[in-house]
Formats: sequence, structure tokens, C-alpha cells
Amino acid sequence: MTEIIFAIVVVAAIGLICGLILVIASKFMEVKEDSRISEVRECLPGANCGACGFTGCDGYAKALIETEGTPTNLCTPGGSDTAKKIAEKLGVEFADTEKAVAYVHCHGDCSATKVKFNYEGISTCAGAKMLFSGNWACPHSCIGLGDCALACPSNAILIRDGIAHVDPHKCTGCGLCSKTCPNSLITLYSASKHIVVACNSTDKGAVTRNVCTNGCIGCKKCEKTCPSGAISVQDNLARIDSEKCTACELCVEACPIGCIKIADFAVINS
Amino acid sequence: MFTPEMLKSLAVILVSSVLVNNYVLNKFLGICPFLGVSKKLDQATGMGLAVIFVMLAATAATWPIYTYILLPNKLAYMQTIVFILVIAALVQFVEIVLKKYIPSLHKSLGVYLPLITTNCAVLGVAINNINDGYTFIESMVSSLGCGLGFLLAMVIFSGVRSRLENSNPPESFKGLPITLVAAAIVSLAFFGFAGVAENLFA
Repeated sequence: MTEIIFAIVVVAAIGLICGLILVIASKFMEVKEDSRISEVRECLPGANCGACGFTGCDGYAKALIETEGTPTNLCTPGGSDTAKKIAEKLGVEFADTEKAVAYVHCHGDCSATKVKFNYEGISTCAGAKMLFSGNWACPHSCIGLGDCALACPSNAILIRDGIAHVDPHKCTGCGLCSKTCPNSLITLYSASKHIVVACNSTDKGAVTRNVCTNGCIGCKKCEKTCPSGAISVQDNLARIDSEKCTACELCVEACPIGCIKIADFAVINS
Repeated sequence: MFTPEMLKSLAVILVSSVLVNNYVLNKFLGICPFLGVSKKLDQATGMGLAVIFVMLAATAATWPIYTYILLPNKLAYMQTIVFILVIAALVQFVEIVLKKYIPSLHKSLGVYLPLITTNCAVLGVAINNINDGYTFIESMVSSLGCGLGFLLAMVIFSGVRSRLENSNPPESFKGLPITLVAAAIVSLAFFGFAGVAENLFA
């Protein structure tokens, strides 16, 4: 019996000493942390996507508390709900977030373009890009191996017929895909109606036409049609100034290729 | 202080605990972090370094407690409970100290430290050092070796996993099954080291 009691006492003593050391240590080496940081952190979605420009959600929460005047609406995946919650916590005026949607500027799918060679290397766009600019005939096109789909935290990107498609309903506008794409094909748009050029080829018209039936040939028809002067053709590619564009859709009808498209992102607000 | 024979036996202990008796791949301890944190190389390295650190600290704390407190009082049978207690308290203590004095290290090890607290590989090292009858220095070298072995296994396996990510296994093998199959093959490769350590320094 005494043996058992002795064992209990010794183990209890060891436990007590450990506990005491921990108590003393936590008293003397306490690090004061602003409790509001964790409260603000709770409001954020926790995707750690970095769309706000800080290092993850923790970094943004810290900046919100420690730096006066950090905007509360930088979190695009969280949207206006998150911005509202943060503004409430901080007691500042609420400003709505600008919702954003990603768009892939290429429509050169399997039916429009062809392959130069059969690629059997590592299955990433970045890898394929290093080998003669990818296996598709157009060096500017979507490679379709899905680097963007892998990067997307909300599974909004699908590869269909060899090119990436963004589901605007699922897209949170974090912009990770546009950073990943080796051909820089993905741009973020605000959530309203846009007229977009579904091509990124800066090659001469004849060259583009040779490799893809959906590519912009730089014919300048849209430039002439546009009543508000929003379209200009630079480097054999039509570019639309979204500030001037009134979405009159005249260029969509004028384009002989049909590579100017209507992208109505207003749907995601509903 | 160190005779050549001692150095030789320490070298044998180090090499055999890294390669021959690798804790993850030959003794199958610490499989949970091995599968959980080996997805990315930087995370795997962070976890491996944290394990080395905790293993060394745990051995430095448990060996004297066993030898000078438990053994003279005939309480050797209590070692498992006492070791868990001491290691858990130690890791907590280290975390508090790091947070105060080396915040950058705390940030990089931060997530992993509590994860390792009662990891069976850490406990296994502490108990096996006692069972093998090592002296204090031998125990420390052995824990260093075990930690390095863990790091090696993590780094190798994170490479294997990055290849798995890009592979296209049959539907029913996707995810954990193919990871376990790959782990088994890596483990099989490590069995090839059996007998290397003793003969290397003979």
C-alpha cells in the first residue's frame, strides 16, 4: 500500500513542479496581444488567399488594428458582409467591397485551334509553357492544364474543351488565378456588364488566323465602329477601355471573328 | 574526453538511428504528422526541425528524471506516464519562452510545436533510449539521429507526394490510398539500410 501512495506522491510532485514552472513562466513571460486582433480575425473568411495585399488573414487583421486607416473592404472573398462585420468591430464607417470576377481572355478551344505536338511532360501550364510555349499552336493561348484551377480556393475554374472557364457564381475575385496563369490571360472585372476581347494574341493577323479561328486579327473594325472611342488596336490586339465603354454592343456585332464577347457579371449580384 | 571507441559508438548510434532504425519508416511511429504535414516541402521541413528540437529537449529532460528520480525509487514502471507529463509541460514551457524571446522562431515553429507535444515518435525516442541502456550523451546523439531521420523521411516523402499530386491514379486509389501505398514503398526502400551502420564503421 505504501508503495502505491509513494508512487502517487512522486508523480504528483513531478506534475506539481511542472505546473508551477508553467505558471511562473506564463506570468513572467507574458506577451500582451491585442484581443481585438483575434476578434477581427474571426470575421475574416480564413481563406488566406492574400487578395487584400497582406500576408493572409492574420496579417490583414493585424494591420486593421495596428495601422489607422486600413480600409475595411479589402477582403474580396468575404464580400460586403465581412466588411460590415469588421467596420462594426472597429467602429468605423462601412464601405462596400467592390466585387470582382475573373475572366479568361482566350476562346481558342479544341475546335478553334490545333496542337503543335503531343505534350507528355509534367502536367502543369507553367511546365508546358517552358517547352516551345506549350503544345497549342497559338503561343498566347490558354494551355488548359489547369494551373489556375489548382490555384483557385473556391473551385470556380473548370477546364472545358482545352481552355479554362470561370464560373462567375463561384468566383470570389481573389485573383490567385490571374497571378498563376503563365500567359497572363486572366483579368479581374467588377461585377457589372462588360464587353471583353476573348483573345490575347499579339501576333499579326495572318499568323493568328493560321493557328486559331477564334483569335483577334487586329482588323480595327471594332475601333471604327465604337461610338465612344473606347476600343484601340495595339500590337494587333483590340483593347477595350472599360472607363469609356458604354456596353452598346455594336463592336460585338461588327467583329468578323466574333472574338468580342459580352460578359455579364451583374448576374452574381442576384 | 571522447576516446576513439566512444566516438565510433556514437557515430554508429547516429547513423543507425537516422537510416536503419528510422522512426517513421522502420518503426512506424509518428505516422500521423508524416501523412498530415508532408504535402508541402516547407511545411515538412518546419515540422521536421520542430521534431528534432523537441526530441532533444525531451531526452534532456526525461533521461535525468528516469535515472535520478524514478530508478532509485523503484518507480521505473511509471516511466510512460511521467514522460508524457514531462514532455507535455516542457513543450508548453518552450512555447512560452519562444513566444517571448524569439517571436520569429515561434511563428515558424508555432503551429507544429503543440502538434508534437504528445507525438508517439517523441515519446518513443525517450523510452527507447532508456530501454537500450544508453548513457546521457548516447541518448542525446540517438535523439538527434531520430529527429534527423524524421526530417529526412518528411522531406523525401514530400517529394514523393508532389509527384503523386501530378499523377493520375485510378479513381479508387485517389487521395489517401495511393499516399499509403507510396509510403509503404518508401519504407521498403529504407529496409535496405539494415546492417549498414555497424559495418560502415567496422
